[in-house]
Amino acid sequence: MRIALFATCIVDAMYPEVAQATVRILRRLGHEVIFPEGQSCCGQMHINSGKFAQAEPVIANHVRAFTGTEWDVAVAPSASCVASLGHQQPMVARRQGNDALASEAAEVADRTYELTQFLTDVAGVTDAAADLGSYFPHRVTYHPSCHGMRLLRLGDRQSSLVRSVEGIDFVELPLADSCCGFGGTFSVKNPEVSSAMLADKVRTVQATNADVCTGGDASCLLHIGGGISRFERTGGFGGTPDVTAVHVKETSSTDARGHTTETLTTVVGADDDDHLTPGERGTAPAEPSRAQGFRVGQAAVHLARILASTKEDPLRVPSEGAEVSGGSLR
Amino acid sequence: MTFLGMPLLRSKHAHSDLPGGQGNIVETEAFPEVSHEHLSNQQLRNNIGHATSTIRSKRAEVVSELDDWEKLRNAGEATKNEVMANLPEYLAQFEEAFTATGGIIHWARDADEANAIVTELIEDNAPVLETGRREVIKVKSMATQEIGLNEHLETQGIDAFETDLAELIVQLGEDKPSHILVPAIHRNRDEIRDIFMKTMPDAGQLTNEPAVLAEAARKHLRHKFLTTKVAISGANFGIAETGTLGVVESEGNGRMCLTLPETLITVMGIEKLLPRFADLEVFLQLLPRSSTGERMNPYTSFWTGRTEGDGPQNVHLVLLDNGRTRALADEHGRTALNCIRCSACMNVCPVYERTGGHAYGSTYPGPIGAILSPLLTGVEDEANGTLPYASSLCGACYDVCPVKINIPEILVHLRAEDVEANHSPVSTQLDAALTGASWMMGDGKRMTAVEKGLPLAHKATRGKQIDALPGIAGAWTSSRDIPALPEKSFRQQWADEEAQRSGTGAQTGDEEGQR
Ligand code: SF4
Repeated sequence: MRIALFATCIVDAMYPEVAQATVRILRRLGHEVIFPEGQSCCGQMHINSGKFAQAEPVIANHVRAFTGTEWDVAVAPSASCVASLGHQQPMVARRQGNDALASEAAEVADRTYELTQFLTDVAGVTDAAADLGSYFPHRVTYHPSCHGMRLLRLGDRQSSLVRSVEGIDFVELPLADSCCGFGGTFSVKNPEVSSAMLADKVRTVQATNADVCTGGDASCLLHIGGGISRFERTGGFGGTPDVTAVHVKETSSTDARGHTTETLTTVVGADDDDHLTPGERGTAPAEPSRAQGFRVGQAAVHLARILASTKEDPLRVPSEGAEVSGGSLR
Repeated sequence: MTFLGMPLLRSKHAHSDLPGGQGNIVETEAFPEVSHEHLSNQQLRNNIGHATSTIRSKRAEVVSELDDWEKLRNAGEATKNEVMANLPEYLAQFEEAFTATGGIIHWARDADEANAIVTELIEDNAPVLETGRREVIKVKSMATQEIGLNEHLETQGIDAFETDLAELIVQLGEDKPSHILVPAIHRNRDEIRDIFMKTMPDAGQLTNEPAVLAEAARKHLRHKFLTTKVAISGANFGIAETGTLGVVESEGNGRMCLTLPETLITVMGIEKLLPRFADLEVFLQLLPRSSTGERMNPYTSFWTGRTEGDGPQNVHLVLLDNGRTRALADEHGRTALNCIRCSACMNVCPVYERTGGHAYGSTYPGPIGAILSPLLTGVEDEANGTLPYASSLCGACYDVCPVKINIPEILVHLRAEDVEANHSPVSTQLDAALTGASWMMGDGKRMTAVEKGLPLAHKATRGKQIDALPGIAGAWTSSRDIPALPEKSFRQQWADEEAQRSGTGAQTGDEEGQR
């Protein structure tokens, strides 16, 4: 298949290694990948800010870039941007009185897939280890982005692919379906509410003891990673009104061999002790994050990079003392 | 026809010249500023977080019991769309049926008119007591909250007593409701005990046990039920076909008000109609499950006009517009009027969970408030123009809404309206940044050119995360870092590889760092 890569603006400018990983995965499956050069952005940032007039040229650019060459399907490593193509672009074009653009945008959107949507629904990949050779021997937790979950209805496509990576130690993220608080310009227009949401997200991520938090949206990972990084360096979120210790509510269960295991179920704020029975009361980790392998700015890794990682070309996480390496396009 | 401008469906922007609503739907301060206070109130956040998460899981549980939930939602949505598309006809049909069964209808264009009508009706029907004032009892009602009826009556020498337990707590605490279903959601048991002991002279010593508190309230209210001549209610539904009004509730206090007094005055928004009695089958499944997480609410009361010798003999209905015609005329926003006030959207909203309901400055908080208030008043009301931004557009509200109101889409629509209303003639930094981005992203070539600056930026930040930026970006870096910038954008890397492959040499002029 001839696949047009839609890198998205954030990935293009801030996380080129995510686009590279996407290319590697697609090539490994035997597809030809092209990069329509005129592409820039889906327009979501402008649309969600209510700047429909400014969004129109961005939408037009996307349509122009993607109708300029021949391709079978387009793939993007971002649920949010793919959702914007289908849910927002035609609507805004119509609102701007540009019906021709609206139908062209809808047509491009119809053939554009989020990466794991493509892998699962089109390429039939069910086992990343077997089908892609994916290998990532680390403890990983997963944040499903709101737009992947609720607009694209990705369901467990992303998490089950990540789980099927060889060597991975997958741990559920408590309260995974709650928003990380990014929301594009929301994080600038209502920075304090956004920070409060981020703080809760970071606490749950840290409570999993994972080496990295993964997900399918670079923007959410930018936010979560930025929060972890700040917390790491300063022990808190400067400017956020509440900084409370994290409490981990644990339940014990007995496994098949009769061993008692402690399973993390949920994380609550420090003052929520009232609502827990004494047995449920946990303790705040003294050094919540440093002991857990997170390194500044490196704790959030896009799932494309995990899926692209192999034994021959491994993606090392900082806890092993190596830099995260992006690998090459091949 | 006797009444206000009959709602008409009109096209783009025609709504902006229709009158906006007034009363407790107008926020006085911008959302980011009000939310600032509430965010730092840890007690409030804990109370709300605990209550919403409990009710959230209850809702999810009872909804999952029904395998036709999605069909019910579709049916609810379709019925409400039908009502909105034919509202003038349904209102006329309702008026005829209600009047034929002995009820009297009053039309109120806005909050002031509604308050005046109710005051006059009370003066005609409730005696002046020894205290020199009149008294009425009330069933929980969003419409009367919206128009600020209690406050208005107080200035007219009339004391209105709330009989819904939570409303009573709010009223006695001289507070404002912060949730449409659980108005005292922001209060915990200890706070409630303190309020009761302070305001109920006969209550004596109370503990903080729910049963003790409920009993104290019951004793306090009993006397009022038996002696008061006039009651005021809201309505969950009005049935056009039969002229029937309905109230669903949990405590039964509402039913006391609806049946014991001589005069019953109901205040209802014009959008609350359902076409047929049979439509209740769908809505009585959707509403309790979505709101209290119960399969059915304990008390459901319906009344059709007046019954000789049984119940109130003077039955009045005030039909309230207060900006609804305006909202209806907005083709992109009108589905907000489909709302059945179940409160499911606020229970799942991550923003509401952290700021509480008071931050929305309106009777209607949470996601529905963020769209309904500006739709009723117009975003021209400047503080209400900040409400549509009070959302990360996570979409949780749309997923739970029993009548499938696409709240995120309406939020974005209202942001566009706000942009057009152009509140700040001086362009903000964010505006400037977005204008720049639109120019750059409107052409991939410009983006390529701009990204050529990345090696410089990479060097300037020495490959480190960015922890402080000036201006608006500072809001971001106040609590988060920005990751280290890459040396080259993907498109540059791609171009380099292409060039290498075709043997023409690199074209981006900087091969450093290539693998
Ligand atoms: S918008 Fe929907 S979910 Fe929210 S209160 Fe109204 S009916 Fe309920």
